Amino acid sequence: MYDFYRENILDHDRNMRYRGVLDPADIDYEAVNPLCGDKLRLTLRLSEDKTHIEALAWEGEGCAISKASASMLGEMILGKSLDEVRAISKQDVFDLIGIPLSMNRVKCGLLSLKALTVALYGLGEWERREQAEED
Amino acid sequence: MTMPDYAYDIDAVRAQFPILHVEHHPGVPLTYLDNGASSQKPLAVIEAMDSYYRTTNANVHRGIHKLSEQASEAYEGARVKVRRFIHAASKREIVFTRGTTEGINLVAQTWGRANLKPGDVILSTQMEHHANIVPWQMLAAQTGAVVKFAPITPDGQIDADAYARMLRELPVKLVTFTMVSNVLGTITPAADMARLAHDVGAVVLMDAAQAVPHMAIDVQALDADFLVFSGHKMCAPTGSGVLYGKAALLDAMPPWMGGGDMISKVTFEGSTWNDIPFKFEAGTPLISEQIGLGAAIDYLNALGMDKVQAHEHAMTRYALDRLAELPFVHVYGPDADKKGAVAAFSMDGVHAHDVAQVLDSQGIAVRAGHHCAQPLHSLLGTAATARASFYLYNTFEEVDRLVDALYVVKRTFSV
Repeated sequence: MYDFYRENILDHDRNMRYRGVLDPADIDYEAVNPLCGDKLRLTLRLSEDKTHIEALAWEGEGCAISKASASMLGEMILGKSLDEVRAISKQDVFDLIGIPLSMNRVKCGLLSLKALTVALYGLGEWERREQAEED
Repeated sequence: MTMPDYAYDIDAVRAQFPILHVEHHPGVPLTYLDNGASSQKPLAVIEAMDSYYRTTNANVHRGIHKLSEQASEAYEGARVKVRRFIHAASKREIVFTRGTTEGINLVAQTWGRANLKPGDVILSTQMEHHANIVPWQMLAAQTGAVVKFAPITPDGQIDADAYARMLRELPVKLVTFTMVSNVLGTITPAADMARLAHDVGAVVLMDAAQAVPHMAIDVQALDADFLVFSGHKMCAPTGSGVLYGKAALLDAMPPWMGGGDMISKVTFEGSTWNDIPFKFEAGTPLISEQIGLGAAIDYLNALGMDKVQAHEHAMTRYALDRLAELPFVHVYGPDADKKGAVAAFSMDGVHAHDVAQVLDSQGIAVRAGHHCAQPLHSLLGTAATARASFYLYNTFEEVDRLVDALYVVKRTFSV
């Protein structure tokens, strides 16, 4: 069969971890993939001292790649400090996905990281990273 | 399967398209079903462009030297071929553009800005490509005009009563609609829609991006005021395209982009404009591309657009019949008799991206997403569909391959 969809991608696609919407939430942000119109909403709750991620939930429509990467990224960041989360790179997410993505599917794979980064640190932080890549 | 009742040597046709004979993956042939996005190119087009760069390349319209003259002749020769192909009254009515999108923006920013007032209505439909929505929304923001969308029926046709009512009740100044929906495939009753629009004094623009590649078009019989299309969906290169406009309208329109070639006279105090169509062709044009478009038209004429249409119709009917055998696949849009060569579909429990990815592993190229028609997809209640779209070189066997591969998708996702 076709190894693009490895078993763990299919598993995370079918059983997306932390699916839903947190209410109340400290942070509520929806990212959109302009290429396909897919949406991913992230709600987050922080620890009392606002330094750690205490709970999170994903909600949205997407392909297997975008859902699986959100699911795996969620597992990675739960309980982590905001400084640790800030240090997560695109490559870290590619490593989670574990299969090479073509140019047009990179945006699917990174939609969750974009949602997370923009939600916590603002659009400027994401744009700064994108610009840094181009330069 | 019944054999088509028209003379069409599909093997000879396919022999003209080198890319169809390149393996998609090792041992897996290419099944190219993404023609709605862009078509492949025959040798005649590839060689015309190659020959142009090897023997003729120079700038057009200015040089006195032989190469420039030959380049200009070839470029203007392509304009004449376009004129005949769509039955325009004059080659002055053929404006070369980079494609459909540029043609629509040109009309919006010239005719639109000069003629629309606050409250005027631009009437479009619910099944338009973004290229026939966004330029009008931008124009509306600039002029105070309003964009309205005629509704479609559940089986994907223009709601004729609602369309007629909107024309009667609203101050419609421009009607702009697709001739063939790039998602549903619906062939709209363009001549009838134009007649009704003209009855209330509106100007009519037809988006023929999915029509000109697939059927014979007569702009005078349609009574189109403007008609736009792209070369790259009809065997020609990317960057080639056409805005047809009635001469009286084009003459009265202000230019869009300023620069070389579009002027009559330039002084430090001001400038006057070149005649149509050159008034709308600022800067060095896409010379080799439009020459390639001319070669594509020669190719299509030799094949015969009636035969192309008959072949595609047979393909579409066969594809819809075969897809109907799959209970887990849902096709959008009307029946084969009312649609162009496109089948947009969704699959139970599998996102369109994932359908397309697995199909690709089987050598099959389809489009997945909203196909630049997000408002239509929201109407259909889905964010994304997969779309198989056919062209003159596709075969019945390729449809069978698509159906077989959809079973692979089903197995992959255990749905």
